[in-house]
Formats: sequence, C-alpha cells, structure tokens
Amino acid sequence: MLPDEMRIVITGIGLTAPNGNNLSEFREGLLTGRSGVSEYEIRYFGKTLAGICKFEVTRHQAKRDARRGTRAGSIGVYCANEAIIDSGMDWSNVDRSRVGVYVGVTEHGNVETETEIHEIRGYDYDTSYWSHHHNPRTVANNPAGEIALNMEITGPHYTIGAACAAGNAGLIQGAQMLQLDQCDVAIAGGVSESIHTFGIFAGFASQGALASHADPTQASRPFDRNRNGIVIAEGGCVYVLERYSDAKARGANIIGELVGYAMNTDATDFVLPNSERQAQCVRMALQRARLEPEDIDIVSTHATGTENGDTLECAALREVFHGSKKTFFNNAKSFIGHSMGAAGALELAGNLPAFQDGVCHATINVDELDPTCELEGLVLNQPRETKGVNYILNNSFGMLGINSVVIIKRV
Amino acid sequence: MAPEEIRNAVLEILEDIAPDEDLSSLDDTKSFRDQIELDSMDFLDIVMELRKRYRVQIPEEDYGQLASMSSTVEYLTPKMEHITA
Repeated sequence: MLPDEMRIVITGIGLTAPNGNNLSEFREGLLTGRSGVSEYEIRYFGKTLAGICKFEVTRHQAKRDARRGTRAGSIGVYCANEAIIDSGMDWSNVDRSRVGVYVGVTEHGNVETETEIHEIRGYDYDTSYWSHHHNPRTVANNPAGEIALNMEITGPHYTIGAACAAGNAGLIQGAQMLQLDQCDVAIAGGVSESIHTFGIFAGFASQGALASHADPTQASRPFDRNRNGIVIAEGGCVYVLERYSDAKARGANIIGELVGYAMNTDATDFVLPNSERQAQCVRMALQRARLEPEDIDIVSTHATGTENGDTLECAALREVFHGSKKTFFNNAKSFIGHSMGAAGALELAGNLPAFQDGVCHATINVDELDPTCELEGLVLNQPRETKGVNYILNNSFGMLGINSVVIIKRV
Repeated sequence: MAPEEIRNAVLEILEDIAPDEDLSSLDDTKSFRDQIELDSMDFLDIVMELRKRYRVQIPEEDYGQLASMSSTVEYLTPKMEHITA
C-alpha cells in the first residue's frame, strides 16, 4: 500500500445534473428512475431534447460575473463552492496558493463564438460589433479560471481537454498534482455547457447519432435495441481531493479513495471506439490498483446510446469481467443524457453513495436488451441491492480514441 | 432623443452591465467608477452597447467624456438628438 501522503482521497463533492443540484438529489433521482431529459430548442437547429441543469447561479456568483463569464464557468463556480462546503474544510483559513483547480472539458468556446457570429449577423457581419469579452470567455482555461477568480485561489488552474473522458481526466490530473506536491487541495472534475452550442446538436445529427423520442424521458436508452443516439446534457461535478494524511489529520469525512486509474489511446479512428484498447485501459487501472476484476462491485459504464459505442464497450467489459459473479454494471446517461466533459465525474459521483447504501442504481429505458450488450450483472431498469460495495470502477471514453478509467475504494 | 431620454438609455445599459448595483441613488455629477464597481471591460460594454443599440460610434480618444452621467449625457446629446426614442 502507498504511504498515507501518496494516497488520494475524495473529501467533498459539488455537482449539478439535469435531475439534481447536489449529490443527494442526484442519487435519489438515480434510485427512483427520475429522468432529467426534456424538450429543448436552440437557434438554427430548432426543437430537440437535452438534459438541462437548473441550479441557482447566483448562489455563489454575482450577477455581474455570471454575465461576464460563461455558462461553463458558472457551472464550475457552483460545483466548486458546493464541493468545498461539502468537504467541511475551514476554507477561510486555507492557503489558497496551495489549492489547484483542474477541470475537464470536452470543448470550450463554441458557445461564445456562435453567439458572437449570430450577433454580428445583425450588423452585416461588421466585426466592430464583436464583443471584447470574447477572448477571456473562450480561452481554454476559462471554466477553471472562473473558479479560481471566484474563490480567490492563487495556485495553479487549467482545464484538461479530453473529449468525453474529461471528467475522469480532471480527477486524475488533480490526484497527480497532489502526489507531485504541486498543491495541498485539488478541486478537480469536469463541466459541460455544450447544450448551448447548436453546433454539437447539428454535428451529432449529421453523424446520425442524435437521439429522438416522443417521450423525452425515454430518449436516452443505452443498451436498448431501439436506441437511436445521444441526448446531449449540460452538467458539472467537482471533487475536493486531498492526501489521505491531510484528510485524516483534519478529521475529514472521506468519501472514497482513488486507488487506480488509467488513460490510453485507440489510435484507430476519429470517432469509432476500439474495444481492445478500452479493455486494455480497464486492465491497466485494475493492475495499478492491484485488483482483480472480481474485486469490482460496480462498473459505471460510459455507454451513450449509440450502436457502435455501446456494443464495443460491452465487448470490452465482457472480455475483462467474464466470470466475475459479483460485478454489477449500470449507466447514468440513461437518466440525464450525456453531460460530455462532466460525464465521467458526474456518473462516478452518482455511484459513490453505494459505499453506504449498498445499492447499485440501474440503467433505465431498456425495454428490449440489444443482445450485443448482454452483460452478466447489467442492472436493468430497477436498482439492485448488493452484498456491499467496496470498489467502483468508472469508464469514460471520448472522440479521437481517448479512454479513461478510475477505481474508487470505500475507506 | 432629449437629454433625459439619453440619460434613461445610459441607465438601462448600466443596469445590464452592473446588475448587482443599486443605481437609484446615482449622483449624475460624480464619476461612475466612484459609485459603482466598473472596470475597463465594463466601460467598454457601455461603448459597445451604445454602438449596438443606437449606432453611436465613440472614438477611443473620447472615452474620457463618459466618466459621469452628466458628462456622458452632455457628450451624447449632439450624437443622439436625431434619434427617435
């Protein structure tokens, strides 16, 4: 086992999801089958579906700053403040120069660029009407920088651009920076404002990968034979990470320990996943945690509701977990859609209360299981009681073949 | 637009730029910056919004004229008097 000062633990969680603005609301939604997907309309693209967050922006941010900044920034500010409150840390006495902010993003800047082009269209594309706020809003570090500004954090801050693996990647980055002694507290996770860019809807629609359904709450249906694509969602989830030695010394409530993680790359396609590389990534995380597949109680899958993505991930999981009798598999996107840069962090968070309640939430909207997605232990439609949860493994994959896996242990 | 209408137009812009501020007791003779939290980017918002809403172009060398409400209205009056409110 690693020495206490090299062990990284989660001591606080702040989140906003389309079906809850804190962990208890989100968890309750996941256990009761409450969807966060609703009808949505965006300029140029028109009517569609999305997971929309309804958190109170001004709870931790002045209206002026919300106006000057970005939606991703506001999501980050809300989540980071909530996470610090949840950690019980004496924030007013924390040395802010020793706090690092590491926020995963799938993309950033598209919302603002689209808005400005839309604006100057009304002025015959005269660029003198282009906002002076455009650059500070669109620099890639914006969401992390807005958190630092809001919370007067003077340690390092930046975003991690990692497509839809970004939430896990943010968490991993935070842990590494603690181990490298670059900070004493890491505010780490992921955010997404993507529902505010028409381009992401149009792009997935052109790709034939955007979900539609007469009932919005049934549109996101990973593993179901009649799935027809992704429901895009906004969201955010930020963790407070500390070294185990520091957390123990201050008597913190330890939510879980990051005992293993891995990232790798398919190097095979811009869009299509690679089952072999995904399985390799899961195995690497297990190996680094010194665990066997049968040690894992819950696997939180990445599956987004696309035929290729779901099928290839299930093939990877069958290969790794074949023969493991106690491992359950679930999926949070079936409730809230795909929250992009937030997905990895948010979907993990929704499972962490299982350390206490021993329940594995389900994947909903599976009326007819696609045979290519059959997994022994796949928890369909209703939550499942377990014999106790000690390890949760969280998958998060993204375009350009980026794969990430984290494993959290009950402490 | 009459000076009072121009004042209202500037006030509307300020309400958007500084939504946390109470502008009801704004002293027209005192500098904006002494009364409300406005930095250089906010100040550029005033210029941009006048351009967008009223097509008023304010050259950079004249920015100093927008220090207080009374100096702003005085500066804008010849530029906006032809505009119908």
